[in-house]
Amino acid sequence: MKAAPTIKRHMIAVLVDNEPGVLARVIGLFSGRGYNIESLTVSEVDADVGLSRINLVTIGTPMVIEQIKNQLDRLVPVHTVHDLTEEGPHVEAELVLVKVVGVGDKRVEALRIADIFGAKVDDTTLESFIFRLDGQTEKIDRFIELMRPLGLVEVARTGGVAISRGSEGIKPLASTWSVSE
Amino acid sequence: MSDKMTGSEIVLRALVDQNVDIVFGYPGGAILPIYDTLHQQNSIRHILVRQEGGAVHAAEGYARSTGKVGVVLVTSGPGATNAVTGLTDAMMDSVPVVCLTGQVPTHLIGNDAFQEADTTGITRTCTKHNYLVKNIEDLARIVHEAFYVARSGRPGPVVIDLPKDILQAPGSYAPPSGNGHRTYKPRLKGDLGQIGKAVELMAKAERPLFYCGGGVINAGPKASQLLTELVRLSGYPCTLTLMGLGAIPASNPQFLGMVGMHGTYESNLAMYNCDVMINIGARFDDRVTGNLAGFSPDSAKIHVDIDPSSINKNVRVDIPIIGDVGHVLEDMIKVWKARQCSPDRRKLDAWWKQIDKWRQRDCLRYEASDKLIKPQYALERLRDLTKDRDDVFVTTEVGQHQMWAAQFLPFEKPNRWMTSGGLGTMGYGLPAAMGVQVAHPDALVIDVAGEASILMNIQEMSTLSQYRLPVKIFILNNEYMGMVRQWQELLHGGRYSESYMESLPDFVKLAESFNAVGLRAEKPSELDGIIEEMIAVDRPVIADILVDKTENCFPMIPSGAAHNEMLLGRNDQAANPVSEEGMILV
Ligand SMILES: Cc1cc2nc3c(=O)[nH]c(=O)nc-3n(C[C@H](O)[C@H](O)[C@H](O)COP(=O)(O)OP(=O)(O)OC[C@H]3O[C@@H](n4cnc5c(N)ncnc54)[C@H](O)[C@@H]3O)c2cc1C
Ligand SMILES: Cc1ncc(C[n+]2csc(CCOP(=O)(O)OP(=O)(O)O)c2C)c(N)n1
Ligand SMILES: [Mg+2]
Repeated sequence: MKAAPTIKRHMIAVLVDNEPGVLARVIGLFSGRGYNIESLTVSEVDADVGLSRINLVTIGTPMVIEQIKNQLDRLVPVHTVHDLTEEGPHVEAELVLVKVVGVGDKRVEALRIADIFGAKVDDTTLESFIFRLDGQTEKIDRFIELMRPLGLVEVARTGGVAISRGSEGIKPLASTWSVSE
Repeated sequence: MSDKMTGSEIVLRALVDQNVDIVFGYPGGAILPIYDTLHQQNSIRHILVRQEGGAVHAAEGYARSTGKVGVVLVTSGPGATNAVTGLTDAMMDSVPVVCLTGQVPTHLIGNDAFQEADTTGITRTCTKHNYLVKNIEDLARIVHEAFYVARSGRPGPVVIDLPKDILQAPGSYAPPSGNGHRTYKPRLKGDLGQIGKAVELMAKAERPLFYCGGGVINAGPKASQLLTELVRLSGYPCTLTLMGLGAIPASNPQFLGMVGMHGTYESNLAMYNCDVMINIGARFDDRVTGNLAGFSPDSAKIHVDIDPSSINKNVRVDIPIIGDVGHVLEDMIKVWKARQCSPDRRKLDAWWKQIDKWRQRDCLRYEASDKLIKPQYALERLRDLTKDRDDVFVTTEVGQHQMWAAQFLPFEKPNRWMTSGGLGTMGYGLPAAMGVQVAHPDALVIDVAGEASILMNIQEMSTLSQYRLPVKIFILNNEYMGMVRQWQELLHGGRYSESYMESLPDFVKLAESFNAVGLRAEKPSELDGIIEEMIAVDRPVIADILVDKTENCFPMIPSGAAHNEMLLGRNDQAANPVSEEGMILV
């Protein structure tokens, strides 16, 4: 028997036509074919040509990841699929809002840790904070872990987005952006 | 700017500009405006089916036998949901179909309005793409785009959902732009570097095998000629999938018969033992590979496919080539000739000797009988009594009869064999035959059927009769869901749970009630006469052929087994119980 193939986390960027149903198509593909979605974000990135970018994080064996990319690519409204994890170094970030409720020492400690992490305080009452933090997924995971014993009551995360390092940009097939070539 | 037209007029105009001459459909409230426009024109002929499911299969038969896009017209709600099985079938078998569905008016969408269904939601996974038209100014472009998407790349079904207000709104028409689609542009030419590597590997092969499938048919008749040419040039053996039958002539001595679960002994053993496998337009389906762990363990694999997601899906290949079969074959032949490839004749001869030994097993042999009509014998007679004709098209239902038809009927050309492979939809054959006959009015169109399957779309007899479509339904009547019974014997101790067909109709009277001709053969001696009469009659016919009720379909690779673990007959069946892993597979 061959050794079991390794399962790895991949950050994938998909440029799509911003048309109705395109997100449902992508999500349906994952549920219908039993692939994992760790996180998924979507937003319009070029309103002039109606272009949206889906950033998704998935895990799987190399064969499954290849299938995921090919399956995404064959959807009609999909322009391009980029596996940032495969393509090299990239900057990855995610945003989280965390609500922590507490008084006394716990409240002081929560604020102190937030400060160390560079989180912003977006809202406060006498017994609660809402912290806003961005950064890499692992950092956000750690922050949330630390807040847990300090009165964590609610977490809202965006899921990761990423962009490759260097001067090269992902070139959409139809776009108004300048392309440096 | 040209004068304003209504949405319905725009749709029909677009169909005409897409060279549509036939639509298969069924009216209803939401789609009535199109029916009204249809009534006032002569360019497009409408065939009124008796259930929307039949319309989609008819469009599939039309498409598969002509290479054109099949067109379906149905109403909202139940009209659309009835079309879902056909759409899924077309999706699985890569058949180009455009299905226009009526929808409640835009302002009522989402209100649970009368006959509202979320058609784009329901059909999202069973179409290649779908559209809900919300703006009349998008209508013409969307219709043209839908045809482009349906026929380009890997073909498939496309749904256009048309709210009733859009069909009645004024708008302007635009002819096809010729640009197809803004971003969907499938790659046709294969990478020449990869093609070069593939040819090199092919030329060095000692035990090569071509394994070709539906993609060759999808690529058009020219691709089949090119394949036949490359097979001849190389001198290599070739096997075909169920969907690929006809891609090279069945009479070609290099053709080894069908591969897979019910494929021939020689094809499957060649698959298992080959050292270079050349997959052209086939998708390593589980009916073909059997147990993946034991699939062709020693071969280097070349795979030509237009859909990158078909590559490395089930089986890892060494040389993938993404492109259209026709284009790639053309380049392969060029390179083969330019390099003056000459395979090692001695090794190749040895391989053919081995193959001939496998052939001598005569794996399709069955026990002849002069009392009972063996289903295989019935098909052999059908084959022999039609062999001098060049106009025979065959469709099938799903079951043992389908597999026997694949094994015993020879297809010399592509587009002559229409069967439901990927979805395995009982009830496909009769409406598909209807679509074939509409496209080829003078041809001999035969639906090889089972008595269970035929009842699933029997209502289409009425359509045959209305349009005088002389389809010949050849029922191999074993009074069982034979394929189910065979699996129950193999896997469930012969407990025939619900697989006996009780209370069958009298098919002769049934035919007559539809104003068709009913015939019956009960003994081998009656068979030829019945077949001859069936062919001679210029009306739809149901020929009820009462066959041996106990016959099973062999060879068979049972679930979970590999190609070298084929069952060749009942005795093998008893001696080789199916593995536990095999029990859970379908
Ligand atoms: C009861 C039953 C038993 C069956 N038993 C068998 C069996 O024994 N043997 C068997 O073979 N099948 C059998 N089947 C059918 C099986 O389920 C599959 O439908 C079939 O094997 C698939 O055929 P294919 O690989 O040729 O692929 P298709 O489904 O025809 O797919 C075609 C492939 O070609 C590609 N393609 C399409 N157009 C082009 C183009 N222009 N250029 C390049 N590539 C293109 C597509 O992307 C796709 O990958 C059975 C079905 C039933 C219902
Ligand atoms: C719509 C549908 N339902 C169920 C099945 C499962 N199935 C496959 S073959 C078969 C029996 C077919 O019986 P018949 O048409 O008499 O053909 P036979 O096998 O006897 O030749 C069944 C029920 C199917 N393929 N399609
Ligand atoms: Mg039967």
